[in-house]
Amino acid sequence: MTNIIALLQVAPDLTARLTALEAATKSAQSAGDNAWMLTSSALVLMMTGPGLALFYGGLVRRKNVLSTMMHSFVLMCIISVLWALVGYSLAFSEGTPFIGGFKYAFLDGVGSAPNADYGATVPHATYMIYQLMFAIITPALISGAYAERMKFSAMVLFTTLWAFIVYFPMAHMVWGKGGFLNAYLGGTVRTFDFAGGTVVHITSGVSALICALYLGKRVGYPQESMKPHSLVLSVIGACLLWVGWFGFNAGSAVAASGLATSAFVATHMATAAAALSWMVAEWLGMGKPSMLGGISGAVAGLVAITPASGFVKPMPALVIGAIAGVVCFLMVTAVKKVFGYDDTLDAFGVHGVGGTVGALLTGVFATNLVNDTQIDGKVIPLGLVDGNPGQILNQAIAVLIAIGLAVVGTFVILKICDALIGVRVDPVAEEEGLDLSQHGEEGYFLEA
Amino acid sequence: MKKIEAVVQPFKMEEVKTALKNIGIDGMTISEVRGHGRQKGHKEVYRGQEYNVDLLPKVKFELVIPDARLDEVTETITNAARSGKIGDGKIFIYDVAEAIRIRNGDRGESAV
Repeated sequence: MTNIIALLQVAPDLTARLTALEAATKSAQSAGDNAWMLTSSALVLMMTGPGLALFYGGLVRRKNVLSTMMHSFVLMCIISVLWALVGYSLAFSEGTPFIGGFKYAFLDGVGSAPNADYGATVPHATYMIYQLMFAIITPALISGAYAERMKFSAMVLFTTLWAFIVYFPMAHMVWGKGGFLNAYLGGTVRTFDFAGGTVVHITSGVSALICALYLGKRVGYPQESMKPHSLVLSVIGACLLWVGWFGFNAGSAVAASGLATSAFVATHMATAAAALSWMVAEWLGMGKPSMLGGISGAVAGLVAITPASGFVKPMPALVIGAIAGVVCFLMVTAVKKVFGYDDTLDAFGVHGVGGTVGALLTGVFATNLVNDTQIDGKVIPLGLVDGNPGQILNQAIAVLIAIGLAVVGTFVILKICDALIGVRVDPVAEEEGLDLSQHGEEGYFLEA
Repeated sequence: MKKIEAVVQPFKMEEVKTALKNIGIDGMTISEVRGHGRQKGHKEVYRGQEYNVDLLPKVKFELVIPDARLDEVTETITNAARSGKIGDGKIFIYDVAEAIRIRNGDRGESAV
């Protein structure tokens, strides 16, 4: 009797307290997710600067170290401005299946309220800034192909146009609501690309090949010595890429969730396996395992696991990494030699090829045991291992679209840049080095 | 006066320097140089791209000494710099016409 009286006494409060409790739970989850997503955003920016800047900077000759680092750095600035003005909107607002509209232009309506389509527990602005970091690193990856010989002015124009013609459409198709290849938000050909195998690595890698072919070989290639001027810088850069990539892949869960952990683990395992498989191939094929081989393999593994990271278990991750390491090794050593193109820092051999390997193998190993995100209200089989062999075809279609867009887009943009300002520095400036000829400074002046 | 130019293995630099100091030779100039004699270079491979590196790092000693000490000094350098393997380096000896100490204008052997 006393119990009931006690209950009645608190009853008027109960609803209010439950409401408060619900709000507190939601806010706690949002705090956790947002903390991880802001951290991930910073990690992905760190991949470009200093990660990629050091990795690429160390691989060029000393007279081009600053110009190569500038390629990465200036994109941290240019793409950010474009993204705020219209880039984010073109990639992520609803529009056609191939390009978004202007709803979020000038970041209108992109604030602290979540956008349930992209991340129900984090501010929309968090998702926007996280995605910006991907848009920055993608064109920066291409710079590996044109390093040491492209005019700075042409590089700025090229990458600005490239963002509009290749990146924003591709990001919209795969990740944007209503995008043609979107697996969850109303796509036609459902593609699984967790963190950007097609959007980031195939587009950048294939565009890199077109740049290398269009620009032609560096003066003196391959007779003159073009040894990396500081592999020490490259090792530091590659290891920063490895760490930053946890933000890239695990952050793509858009939550501090079990799926994020799963992607983190898959990313790490694939990278380790790829670094080993590259070094073993080198050891067997050329007699010695090298540090450069190790870091190249690691990057190949990171690239290949990117689309698969949120869909595969750790053992398939090891397999994907091991395959990517060997395939990319053969690309940059044997195949490149046969065709004789000068992809300065192997952006195509690592990102284009590694991205393709990863995108296709995602269709094989993706499983709803890892990722049970519902599609049309139910959990469906994902890849071949789930009994859905057709997914490999979908993945292949996405790969072909990415390749087609990159080839045509890049070629047209290069033609435009060439006609307007010329894409390549003159041989004297190239001989002198881009640091001096394009920027009027030198990376190393030890007597100072 | 004689000028001695000795090109030696970089890892022998300290030994040669100490040996010269021990016989009372204090003045010398040392520079890092690259070169090769009969020593073959080595192969480096970067992502499958092979480079033959035939100019190898060496250290060059330059010192000017009185004629009377020539044999003693060359013997000291030879002993200190020798590892017995190909690539140990060479010693070249030149006649010196004159030496001048900039601080006070001293000339000849007393200037070195």
